[in-house]
Amino acid sequence: MTIQDLREALTKNIRDYGMYIALFVIMAIFTIATQGLFLSPRNIADLMNQTGYIAVLAVGMTLVIVIRHIDLSVGFLAGFLGAVSAVMLTTWHLPVLLVIPAVLVLGTLAGLLTALPVARLGIPSFVASLAGWLIFRGLLLSTLSGTGTIQIADPTFIALGNGSIPDFPIPQVPNPSGEGTVDAFLPGLHKLTLLLGLLAVVWFIVSDFRNRKVKKSYNFAVIPNDMFILKQVFVASALGFITWNLAGYNGMGWTVVIMLVVVVVYDWVSRQTVLGRHIYAVGGNPEAAELSGIGVARITMLVFGSMGFLCGLAGILFASRLQSAGPTGGTLFELDAIAAAYIGGVSAAGGVGKITGSMVGALVYMSLRNGMNLMGVDESLQYIIRGGVLALAVIFDVTTRRVKR
Amino acid sequence: MASHILEMRSISKSFPGVKALDEVSFQVAPGEIHCLVGENGAGKSTLMKVLSGVYPHGSYSGDILFNGKVQSFRGISDSEHAGIAIIYQELALFPELPVFENILMGNELTKGLAIDWNETVHKASEMLKMVRLSVNPELKVKDLGIGQQQLVEIAKALCKDVKLLILDEPTAALNEDDCENLLKLLRELRGHGVTCVMISHRLKEVIQIADTVTVLRDGRTICTLDARKGEVTEAILIKNMVGREITNIYPERKHEKPGDVILEVRNWSGYSPKLGRQVLKAVNFQVRKGEIIGLAGLMGSGRTELAKSIFGNPDGFELEGELLFAGVPRSFRSPKEAIDAGLAYATEDRKGNGLILIQDVKSNITLARLKKISHRGVTDNNLEVKAANEYKNSLNIKTPSVEQKVVNLSGGNQQKVSIGKWLFVEPRVLILDEPTRGIDVGAKYEIYTIMNRLVEQGMSIIMISSELPEILGMSDRIYVVSAGRISGEVSRAEANQEKIMHLATQ
Repeated sequence: MTIQDLREALTKNIRDYGMYIALFVIMAIFTIATQGLFLSPRNIADLMNQTGYIAVLAVGMTLVIVIRHIDLSVGFLAGFLGAVSAVMLTTWHLPVLLVIPAVLVLGTLAGLLTALPVARLGIPSFVASLAGWLIFRGLLLSTLSGTGTIQIADPTFIALGNGSIPDFPIPQVPNPSGEGTVDAFLPGLHKLTLLLGLLAVVWFIVSDFRNRKVKKSYNFAVIPNDMFILKQVFVASALGFITWNLAGYNGMGWTVVIMLVVVVVYDWVSRQTVLGRHIYAVGGNPEAAELSGIGVARITMLVFGSMGFLCGLAGILFASRLQSAGPTGGTLFELDAIAAAYIGGVSAAGGVGKITGSMVGALVYMSLRNGMNLMGVDESLQYIIRGGVLALAVIFDVTTRRVKR
Repeated sequence: MASHILEMRSISKSFPGVKALDEVSFQVAPGEIHCLVGENGAGKSTLMKVLSGVYPHGSYSGDILFNGKVQSFRGISDSEHAGIAIIYQELALFPELPVFENILMGNELTKGLAIDWNETVHKASEMLKMVRLSVNPELKVKDLGIGQQQLVEIAKALCKDVKLLILDEPTAALNEDDCENLLKLLRELRGHGVTCVMISHRLKEVIQIADTVTVLRDGRTICTLDARKGEVTEAILIKNMVGREITNIYPERKHEKPGDVILEVRNWSGYSPKLGRQVLKAVNFQVRKGEIIGLAGLMGSGRTELAKSIFGNPDGFELEGELLFAGVPRSFRSPKEAIDAGLAYATEDRKGNGLILIQDVKSNITLARLKKISHRGVTDNNLEVKAANEYKNSLNIKTPSVEQKVVNLSGGNQQKVSIGKWLFVEPRVLILDEPTRGIDVGAKYEIYTIMNRLVEQGMSIIMISSELPEILGMSDRIYVVSAGRISGEVSRAEANQEKIMHLATQ
């Protein structure tokens, strides 16, 4: 492979890989600037857990933006739902297995309520969700008005934001270099995390190969062989690296598991199901979609409903992580989610945007926050830099789109 | 005769792939009412856009002489400055602003830096008197009727000290009383020395009002007739408008005896709350199995509205009457229900509301019936590619692969994708709205061949078209639509261009 090939392949596929490259560069810069602290196992685990609730919101927001709408109410809805779960657990002493589904259902209903005037009356979603923003903020304040911040003690609930998945039971042997006991093999590493990471790498490679073979059989354009191998190596080592770090700390957190499940399910729905195709058709051309027999109002309700559901999930993750719910919970989450989605390549014109892209966008966005915090960058400067990155990402998106046409 | 106020000499203007104007000459004498007539696409609007500077000097060839001087307008403001005002069919008013502000928009009366509102209202009232419109100038334009809005537009033009007033189909959206008023006003303005060019499809009113008539056809000037000498009759105008040779670009088809009635509407009327008027008036028609029905008529006559009202009524008309599909009374509440019953509608505006341009060929083809390529809501990519390739081959869609984005295809191939999309739902009745608009002759022929193949297989096709030769070349039966009514039904044997144009301009 010559440099020329590489450059050509890169320019052709820059839209698809630009964000991964950006993430890589940002991580490299922070790693150097913090003398490796940024990529320490503990920080990687932290970063993943911090990204969780924003990534979950960004996934929902992606679909909202794809159908040419916006939802400003998600931040305080998540905050409000976090407060509801705290009240249910701490004040009402309800079992956690009842609280979680109840909050998710409540979130879905709230999302549907926001969508109702949008879908049925054509009210701009900016306005409808701004009303939601005010209403949910009021509800959040009134929920906590008598109590102030509510502490949460339920261990299961707290584990969602802080705990890790369990490991295999491993026989213990005396620690050769000191006191106590250690695992009989691979001491100090989380075995289940390693196994899951390995499975992920294998699954990625196998499915990518199969995909490529199918595409080739239809004579579709595929990236050159060496580029393909390079991509495989890059993704496999990135996955392997994250896995190794997570395994070296406490193992994969529940937040990471939840985030990945959400991303995988939404990504699959958006690409492989009739529902997903209808969503992207509505975003691509609502009139044509309606004339093709797709109920645009129904799709709008569904997408906002799913956004509400994810608000419930994000609220739970955030409250769990803080082990409490306060009156400012969820402030500005909506803008973080929108920023992550745009960094992830969603188009404001509608119809374009990948779920995986938004997750990476969330990761980029939270890496900036996390890395700059580690470096001790002043908060005022942090906002400016994050704003600059958002602007750059969108400019990049628009200009590369233009080149392609 | 006095020298001309306007003379356009050998004007030619091309768009990619079409020559819209070919050496057109056009002369207007001062103080006359000059009507410009021709079929859709004859070049009338293009000519007026050249004149008004919408297409700036340099983008066309030929000379414009106005008031004896060669003009080179670079924009509308130049031509307005010279004293030419053009009023488009789509009114350019601000519905939320009051009448007086609209009349002086772009011509504001100021006192220092601020607008002199008293003087503005005063001047506007004068203008309103001149066009004989007695409404409160403080009213918002959106609260006026269409006819009144038209008069406001004219008042606005007069305000700019206009010498030549151009009206593009001013009466198309007006009722009869408003029409009468407008024509009366034009005569009065003529008395005041205003020269007027009017584009119109309604030949009766042309004969009523014109001093001179120029006929355009296929981007050429056919003739200029002097109405004052009694040269103008409806028959003469129609003959000149349509006198085109029909070349044999229509593939042969056996016109077999058609089968049973598959689709029928009776007394079908529709009111559009959005437009605030009746769009369909007691329409009756039927379609038989294996037939191509031509739906002729001028643009805006209600053909598309008729198609959409049958196809699940997505525009929300208030409908009355009966719709029978395969002999059973039906009422489709959404395009989905219509599609499920076996109807398909390929829209006239394939880029606007037909295709999803940013998606690839296969996604567009399968969109209206994803059920066919999915199991329990999960799509099967292999099935989809296979299905899309079938249509790519059978319709001869020229694209490197079915993963190509539709935006990158040519107009003709986009149209084939649109047809493929609707064939994919396997309809019993296929409505094609302007199926060959903006595509080249070769692609047209292919689309005609596909249509013939489909009806031979027992499908029924309703073809909406503004091109008379196409209507005559392809249809088994023709319905002519005019002003929301069916103004006539013509069999293949008796059809000719004159007859259809006569019905369409009623």
